[in-house]
Amino acid sequence: MRDVAIIGVGVTKFGELWDKSFRNLISEAGAKAIIDSGISGKEIDALYVGSMSAGRFVGQEHVGALVADCSGFSHMHIPSIRVESACASGGLAVRQGYFSVASGMNDVVVVGGVEKMTDVIGSEATDTLATGLDQEWEAFFGATLPGIYAMIATKHMHDYGTTREQLAQVAVKNHANGALNPYAQFKRPISIESVLNAPFAAYPLGMLDCSPVSDGAATVILCAAEKAKDYTSKPVKIIGSGQASDTLALHGRKDICTFESTVHAANMAYKHAKIEPKNIDVAEVHDCFTIAEILAIEDLGFVKKGDGGKAIESKITTLDGEKPVNTSGGLKAKGHPVGATGVAQIAEIVMQLRGDADQRQVKDANIGLAHNVGASGASSVVHILEAI
Amino acid sequence: MADGAVPRFWREIPQRYNLIGNQCGACDRIYFPPRESCPYCRRKSMGNMKEIKLGSKGKVVTYTIIYVAPEPFEGQAPYPIAIIELDEGPRVTAQIVDCELEDVKIGMRVQSTFRKIQEDGYIGAIHYGYKFKPLEVKG
Ligand SMILES: [Zn+2]
Repeated sequence: MRDVAIIGVGVTKFGELWDKSFRNLISEAGAKAIIDSGISGKEIDALYVGSMSAGRFVGQEHVGALVADCSGFSHMHIPSIRVESACASGGLAVRQGYFSVASGMNDVVVVGGVEKMTDVIGSEATDTLATGLDQEWEAFFGATLPGIYAMIATKHMHDYGTTREQLAQVAVKNHANGALNPYAQFKRPISIESVLNAPFAAYPLGMLDCSPVSDGAATVILCAAEKAKDYTSKPVKIIGSGQASDTLALHGRKDICTFESTVHAANMAYKHAKIEPKNIDVAEVHDCFTIAEILAIEDLGFVKKGDGGKAIESKITTLDGEKPVNTSGGLKAKGHPVGATGVAQIAEIVMQLRGDADQRQVKDANIGLAHNVGASGASSVVHILEAI
Repeated sequence: MADGAVPRFWREIPQRYNLIGNQCGACDRIYFPPRESCPYCRRKSMGNMKEIKLGSKGKVVTYTIIYVAPEPFEGQAPYPIAIIELDEGPRVTAQIVDCELEDVKIGMRVQSTFRKIQEDGYIGAIHYGYKFKPLEVKG
């Protein structure tokens, strides 16, 4: 296996983008990444694209070929592969692209992620997100995706004394970061009180504990590390990649408050990178709900199991804290176009490691981590990146 | 779940109506829903999985109260959903009924009850299965 670098990134604005189609979004992100990378386009050996459910969101399958077509590569007949792992589709697309370059089969690949969620009404978007749960044994009985995460929150509060205020502080922190990100869906700070007083989605989670329904796309360009300097002066190396699975249903797992898929994916990535959690300077984690960020910082080994709520409260993970988490605003404030999320997380880490993150720049960031989760934790993908 | 592929619902009826799981003949682990083979014993369990009717009693492991409900459940919201650990060991996700919302607690003892689960407005089908209610203490 040879080393792989990221030589370009591109993201669209995230949000309710009524004037942008699925095709507009992915071609915009792709064009930005290609320009950022310095490649001409002729070098591209393959395309990978993460999309959770284009079939249900925009009535379009055959997404691999479509993305090659609308991005202007159909006449070159470049192989194009769609990757699906619910909300971890984007992160998994990056991992597949990584394999293809690391193996030596390809030198330059484009990895995109996209979701256009606002062409359907809100309830349809929610039902589609719930298809990442166990349809027969969870959703059939009336469970929703917020409901499953709410059950994790109830248990975390019961077992570890985590409070609704601590959950709310995840949202407050991520909105504060989102306010500094020009691509974020929500660019306004919010208060703890507004999170606590929002109507419930599923007790104990209120509407502001949940990430929004969003449109958006993100793209990264991967290149064999030995060729990266031909294109860019600031390549970022992928030094660790991990992925793991678990039962689809939350009730099938031993510990309600641990995503074993994250623990295993993270250990795989740490081992691969030969580093430890304490070496991570900046992280993008999967905060689809506030409780999910608390679980993530525990399962990634940043803090001890059960200490996540206290860690948020003591501001370890703020932009100027010792371990900044979700500098982009996270899924919560940047937005969560599901298939795009995992790729956008990588793009944010690349910007941080290149020193291109402007107002939200973390000082002296050398090693960064991106953590992407499928639905309620049946799949997780972790990547670790390092500035060269 | 709004579209009308009906056999999909019939298929799971024995398990959903009667909490029928199965048990591995090699290691005695109990599964609900039933598995084709035991993930721990694999080929030793092939043809050696015995059907088992689970008891009705268990306890709440964790719960939520759903306020924003999917369409087939809208008429029932807000409703509690819980993960219940049956006394035999397997865990299931199900609604808690016959109980005030604020009385649902982690650790509470519950028993299964056969109820209407959801109404599919589109094809007019009504689906039945298990819900759980507080365990009635006799005497
Ligand atoms: Zn067995």
